[in-house]
Amino acid sequence: MGRCEVSASTQTAQGDEVVTRAFVRYVDLPGRAGLAALITLDNGFDHTKPNTFGPAGLSSIDAALDEALGRTDLAAIAVTGKKFIFAVGADLSGVPQITSRDVAREVGRLGHRVFARLADSTVPTFALINGAAMGGGLEIALACHYRTVSSGAAPIALPECFLGLVPGWGGTQLLPNLIGPDKALSVIIDNALNQNKTLRGAQAFDLGIADVMFSPADFLERSLEWVSSVVRGDIAVARPEIDRGAAWEEAVARTRAGVDARLHGSAPAPLRALDLIARARTASREEGFAAEDEALAELVMSEELRAGLYSFDLTQKRARRPIGAPREGARPITKVGVVGAGLMASQLALLFAQRLEVPVVLTDLDQSRLDKGVTYVHDEIDKLQARGRLSADRASRLRALVTGSLTKDAFADADFVIEAVFEEMKVKQQVFAEVEAAVADTCILATNTSSLSITEMSSGLAHPERVVGFHFFNPVSVLPLLEIVRAGKTDDATLATAFAVAKSLKKSAVLVKDAPAFVVNRLLTRFLGEVTRAVDEGTPFEVADHALDPLGLPMSPFMLLALVGPAVGLHVAKTLHESYPDRYYVSANLEKLVAAGKPGIYTWGADGQQVDPEVAEMFTPLPGSTPPSGDEVRERAEAALAQEIRLMLDEGVVAEPQDIDLCLLLGAGWPFHNGGITPYLDRTGVSEKVTGRRFLPKGVASLPT
Amino acid sequence: MSRAVRDVVFVDGVRTPFGIGKPTGLYAGTRADDLVVRVIRELLRRNPNLPPERVDDVAIAATTQIGDQGLTIGRMAALLAGLPKSVPGYSIDRMCAGAMTAVTTAASGIGFGMQDVVIAGGVEHMGRHPMGEGVDPNPRIVSEKLVDPSALVMGSTAENLHDRLPDVTRERCDAFALASQHKAAAAIDSGVIAEDLVPMATWSEAGWGLATADEPPRPDTTLEGLSGLRTPFRAHGRVTAGNAAGINDGATGCILAAGDVAAQLGLTAKMRLVGFAFAGVEPEVMGVGPIPSTEKALGRVGLTIDDIGAFELNEAFAVQVLAFLDHFGIKDDDDRVNPYGGAIAFGHPLASSGVRLMTHLAHTFAASPSVRYGLTAMCVGIGMGGTVIWENTAWEGAK
Repeated sequence: MGRCEVSASTQTAQGDEVVTRAFVRYVDLPGRAGLAALITLDNGFDHTKPNTFGPAGLSSIDAALDEALGRTDLAAIAVTGKKFIFAVGADLSGVPQITSRDVAREVGRLGHRVFARLADSTVPTFALINGAAMGGGLEIALACHYRTVSSGAAPIALPECFLGLVPGWGGTQLLPNLIGPDKALSVIIDNALNQNKTLRGAQAFDLGIADVMFSPADFLERSLEWVSSVVRGDIAVARPEIDRGAAWEEAVARTRAGVDARLHGSAPAPLRALDLIARARTASREEGFAAEDEALAELVMSEELRAGLYSFDLTQKRARRPIGAPREGARPITKVGVVGAGLMASQLALLFAQRLEVPVVLTDLDQSRLDKGVTYVHDEIDKLQARGRLSADRASRLRALVTGSLTKDAFADADFVIEAVFEEMKVKQQVFAEVEAAVADTCILATNTSSLSITEMSSGLAHPERVVGFHFFNPVSVLPLLEIVRAGKTDDATLATAFAVAKSLKKSAVLVKDAPAFVVNRLLTRFLGEVTRAVDEGTPFEVADHALDPLGLPMSPFMLLALVGPAVGLHVAKTLHESYPDRYYVSANLEKLVAAGKPGIYTWGADGQQVDPEVAEMFTPLPGSTPPSGDEVRERAEAALAQEIRLMLDEGVVAEPQDIDLCLLLGAGWPFHNGGITPYLDRTGVSEKVTGRRFLPKGVASLPT
Repeated sequence: MSRAVRDVVFVDGVRTPFGIGKPTGLYAGTRADDLVVRVIRELLRRNPNLPPERVDDVAIAATTQIGDQGLTIGRMAALLAGLPKSVPGYSIDRMCAGAMTAVTTAASGIGFGMQDVVIAGGVEHMGRHPMGEGVDPNPRIVSEKLVDPSALVMGSTAENLHDRLPDVTRERCDAFALASQHKAAAAIDSGVIAEDLVPMATWSEAGWGLATADEPPRPDTTLEGLSGLRTPFRAHGRVTAGNAAGINDGATGCILAAGDVAAQLGLTAKMRLVGFAFAGVEPEVMGVGPIPSTEKALGRVGLTIDDIGAFELNEAFAVQVLAFLDHFGIKDDDDRVNPYGGAIAFGHPLASSGVRLMTHLAHTFAASPSVRYGLTAMCVGIGMGGTVIWENTAWEGAK
């Protein structure tokens, strides 16, 4: 194939491309095996800005291949990356400017054309995967005849479905035919949908993605020696036979069932990927690649991808530079106090010890509760050690950091004290008063309250300016979101310190105003209230609970209720109802359920999960109501969200809709393809219908027109 | 307790191809410690009978021990090479004789019975670390006239040596240099040089490359060309870039073991260490150093110069090799001397060169069963010489 031209439209579409250039050098293969063209992919930056492929980058690879394939004296062509990085795929920064399916299709075709030259070469081609290889980076490697991988290479992945695309530069066709459909599905679908799980070099080798693995210490040299051996015929590369029988379809069907159960058809990308992988069993290369081009064209022009890229950007950039966080003035933290020794307090103590590596003192009035709290932390450290996550020395260090005290004197030299006691204003006020008596004037007082007014909580203090809300999500070690609440008198130094601590804790912090239940709980409670109200009006549990399935949320509303605990859910609902009685619904039936101590709506019966008959008995319909249909429940819930978000933005709870979305992405695990929620509400017309306007201008998290 | 001195054997030696230490040189974008790591890993790979945990120490020499040649490079390179953390390491410096001193120091530990197997070698990335980088000479050197300032400039010491030895003319030096280039070219063509080389990945702004051959040799060198070169250290002097080693980058390493341990492990011994010596001379004429060090070493082991059948003399400057040959009455073109060419052709990355001499001697031994003893010797900056005497394990007389 001759050198392909980059169409003018794709070039203008990605005018800001950081070009990854393909440098060709000719090297003598060890052992007199002949001359090889060694192509290095390098965008000229260090590993913090990995190689990506835009039109100019692909064109550079094309030119390098023109040069190499034009020679007649080569024994091999090898492609590798700059230090620590192979290539991490297509440059997606130009996607927002792509406005037609034809241009989108051309992006797919361009990659296919260039990569196919490596597959079609009569000279053996090798990918030497020295570092991170994702998406199109892994696909160019798959196009080569052979692959070596560094045991230090990471991440290795095909993350397209995570963002809203398919691996459309050959990934869906080449990978299943190389390693079999089961493993390919795990890489392309399961890993991508499992919080974008990635592989390390050894896993990629075990899966059969690479033919051989070498240590990073002499990866390139050993790889080129291996190239020599292959070229000379000293090594015959054996690959397993792929079962092309019924097992292929069965594997696709199994994965499809899992995707459906989880996303209910809400995200198009994984479904397209499944179709493509199914076709890869029999499709010729040309057919398969053409189908990939069509899938890319469609998906690039999908609302879900645009929202996915918006989500990715929020979690990668906005989450790391929180809006409204003072850039300077953070005070050092050398010791932390935790008031309370319950489960939440213990989780916080463990997190602070692990991440800040400073002494953490738990206090409680009751010796046995205190012992239990400290023991919990020490046991968790033991477990991490047993799983090999902590070395013996580090575990020992962490255990020594976490201690307990019956009195708050132990906080005297602490710089940061967080309370996690019972959710009751008077209790918290008393705790803060006691802490203030023990600590220095500049010690930060943080509260993990989920719904109480922090301004009110700090009203009796001598130094209310050092009080800040620090709202974690359960389980603390897993969920990355932290709502940092600026109370009425919180000063900048306190806020700066809070954000610095959040960063050290490796949490993504969002600045929120001191408003009831802040962001995530306020929205989830509103939403849950609509679903519960529907059940109270007579809609069957399952119908109401599955009414939101088309959004593809990580769990149904009643599963969420069971996770947070009906008592906690009810408590937050009541608190919000006090502030906003018109909008927040408190279900009498839910109160009965809590009073009966039920863990949720569902129970596990012989047929799996089912509505607990006793709960069904408890729920008495509101008199004179008409049961809404599933669609009506969803419409009500969506409208409620739109209304509540508009109010929150107008009240200044957060700076922008992006903060709402970031909170829902990170604190509730709401899906990327909805962009959190506001892009979904915008594109379905709900926001305009309910609030009279969109949350985000067109093009920000959606197709531009 | 009683102890017996044990035999120390040279099992195997390898090196990276040598590069020219300039901004466009082979290794301009490649780290010195990476060169060492590559050497260590290749030694272990070529000798699979050596369990890595049996390595008792890693002694790596570097003259300029800062940056990527600092941080106790022997230990750091061992870690980077993936040796078990239980394997210690250290740095050595005796300027040009660094790797040679790494070998003699390691051998002493083995001979004394405190170590069984040691990896010894050296590195110098003169492109990254020019000679004299970061030095801070004591002002007493000048105030008390302890050493002439010219002693710190190696090329000037070579001119000083010419002053002392008027019979060693520039013409003789150029002829010796030419022969070195020709012998080296023949050795490269025969494939014997490549046997010691470890292919080394090289980084540059134009992408990765692979060093598989030495950069410095100039096989097309002519006498006319040499005679036209300028003398940078002194106007109308005698020392040129053509009759001296250049500014080079490279790393070397070898496995030394106690004779009995090598046998137990199934490691092949190429040479047996007979003895060694270092000697000091006036720093201004450091090039004469190998003469007293050789006499001292021969005396210690009870041999004479006539017992030596093979010489590997480091060609820092042709004048110091010729000074040695004249002293011992050996002809300039004696075929026992540097049969595969020397540092004038291959380069002299200071602290790495000692082991390069040894690997060349090992080749001579393997090719010449009639030769029983050989020596490696080199002059050393600040007025020293070093000599190591080896016995050929393939000597036919032993059979």
